[in-house]
Amino acid sequence: MSLLEIEGLEVTFGQTAAVRGADFSVARGETHCIVGESGCGKSVTSLAIMGLLARGATRRVRRMEFDGRDISRLSERDMSRLRGHRMAMIFQEPMTSLNPAYTVGSQMAEVRTRHLGGTRQAALDRAAELLGRVGITAPGMRLGQFPHQLSGGLRQRVMIAMALMNDPELLIADEPTTALDVTIQAQILRLLAQLQADLGLALLLITHDLGVVARVAHRVSVMYAGEVVENAATADLFAAPRHPYTRGLLDCLPIPGKVAPGAPLGSIPGMVPKLTPGFSGCGFRSRCSLAHEACAAPVPMRGTAHLFRCVIDA
Amino acid sequence: MASFLLRRLILAACVALTVLTLAFTLTRLSGDLAISIAGPSATLEDVAVIRRAYGLDRPLPEQFIAWVGRAAVGDFGESYFFKSRVSTLIAERMPITLTLGFVGLGIALVVSIPLGILAAVREGSWIDRLVQLFAMIGQAMPSFWLGLIAMIFFGLQLGWLPVSGTGSWEHFVMPGTVLAFSAIPALTRLTRSGMIQSLASDYIRTARAKGLSRFSILFKHALRNAALPVVSIASVQLGFMLGGSIVIETVFALHGVGFLAWESITKNDFPVVQAVVLVLAVIYVVLTLLADLFNAVLDPRLRR
Repeated sequence: MSLLEIEGLEVTFGQTAAVRGADFSVARGETHCIVGESGCGKSVTSLAIMGLLARGATRRVRRMEFDGRDISRLSERDMSRLRGHRMAMIFQEPMTSLNPAYTVGSQMAEVRTRHLGGTRQAALDRAAELLGRVGITAPGMRLGQFPHQLSGGLRQRVMIAMALMNDPELLIADEPTTALDVTIQAQILRLLAQLQADLGLALLLITHDLGVVARVAHRVSVMYAGEVVENAATADLFAAPRHPYTRGLLDCLPIPGKVAPGAPLGSIPGMVPKLTPGFSGCGFRSRCSLAHEACAAPVPMRGTAHLFRCVIDA
Repeated sequence: MASFLLRRLILAACVALTVLTLAFTLTRLSGDLAISIAGPSATLEDVAVIRRAYGLDRPLPEQFIAWVGRAAVGDFGESYFFKSRVSTLIAERMPITLTLGFVGLGIALVVSIPLGILAAVREGSWIDRLVQLFAMIGQAMPSFWLGLIAMIFFGLQLGWLPVSGTGSWEHFVMPGTVLAFSAIPALTRLTRSGMIQSLASDYIRTARAKGLSRFSILFKHALRNAALPVVSIASVQLGFMLGGSIVIETVFALHGVGFLAWESITKNDFPVVQAVVLVLAVIYVVLTLLADLFNAVLDPRLRR
């Protein structure tokens, strides 16, 4: 059984559907990437899992289980017992995700004492150990510093260390490297992959970067226009994509040796549809060369190990 | 932190000196003091005698330096009207003004901070609208009018509270509350907008992702960041309550510093006017300094 199982997740903001159908599961010790372009609903999906959606968002879900327990109807209070304890999350914006008024040590320690109790000193010791673990030198000194005294890369490392304070089983990382310099991006990504392997974490990594997916993911969910359109093991997805959108996406990747330097990058013609309440069916049909009438009706996920949401057998 | 403190202190001293100069110059600009002291029936000789007696024949810079030198050791000279030391006059009345000011600020904070937080947490709800309506009405109500209405209702009709004077703590309840109403609208609105901004920030999302309790999220993580503008404005409001409570002190017949200032201005008692302005200015400067220090404690980024 998977650690996290999601079936039929829908999120709407007023008149706009942000997520129309997200189905996937994350196994223990697995890195699962959700990949998709801006606005496809991948970040909203991750926030919906954590129960961190902004006010004004409505979440509906057919099934949402964490470690075999239904978490779709948990109260805010019960959910807060899971968050930061058994499931943790890091965000896209390391510069603003830490509270400017408290020291690194105090912000890290409070997660430990909140969920596991114990003394503040024990929590601070644990924090220092984890700061070392995420590659921060002089952790003792960093504990007494304030967020504004740290660089973006360091802050993201602090966020990661803070997420690990209670040995979570699931770590959700929402585009953790987007706001960082390219060199730092690689470091943070390597760190996450390392920690995932060492600690046996289930890592749900949200990204728009197929290069990242190829490097770290065991399994991939491709999202488009609010739906998971394909869900497969990484090797299978790259070798034999089954959804036309995934194929289009992979065709856009410039591959050294195959695409001449200076040649125009590939693109998918057309625009993402507006997801108004009446919208149903495949979100990609207006841009798909294979589309026909059946695409206007809701399309179910097909397949067993390699799932895809398309009426055409590819 | 030490250099921060030093810079703030130097700045405070500069502000105090500027106010000192202004207070001195403005009283001199209001006309020939010797003539107004001597009164309408005085002869030219009388005026000349008075001018010499009060040192008004000396050059202005000399008068200024002499006054500052004495003021620095707490000697503000003698009142022309009360025939008593100015420092004694102020010292007698200061406790009343301070009590009134702190009661007013205390009531204002106790009312406006919880209201602001409540409105922010329930942003857009009927509670939020009610709080904003309350703030707007409070803002629109002149304090002398509110004072008189309160006197008629609570003092005369219900007989719950004394209408005027300073005999007991009960005497400060009504004027303190009326005074608080001058600060409540601004403080409530600032708390509300600060909390709304704070609650929408990324670090609050992080705090929620950490599974912290609602109490910790609201009061430890959100309020501390929302409090900065509230602290700054509260200190200005307290300064205003101490210096600007003339109306309240007059309405409720509280003989505090504000009332003294009003009396001495109408009587051209300029040593008193100068001294009151100076004392209130120093109070303002000290309050602002304290607010800056308190904010630096709240937000480490301000300590540089």
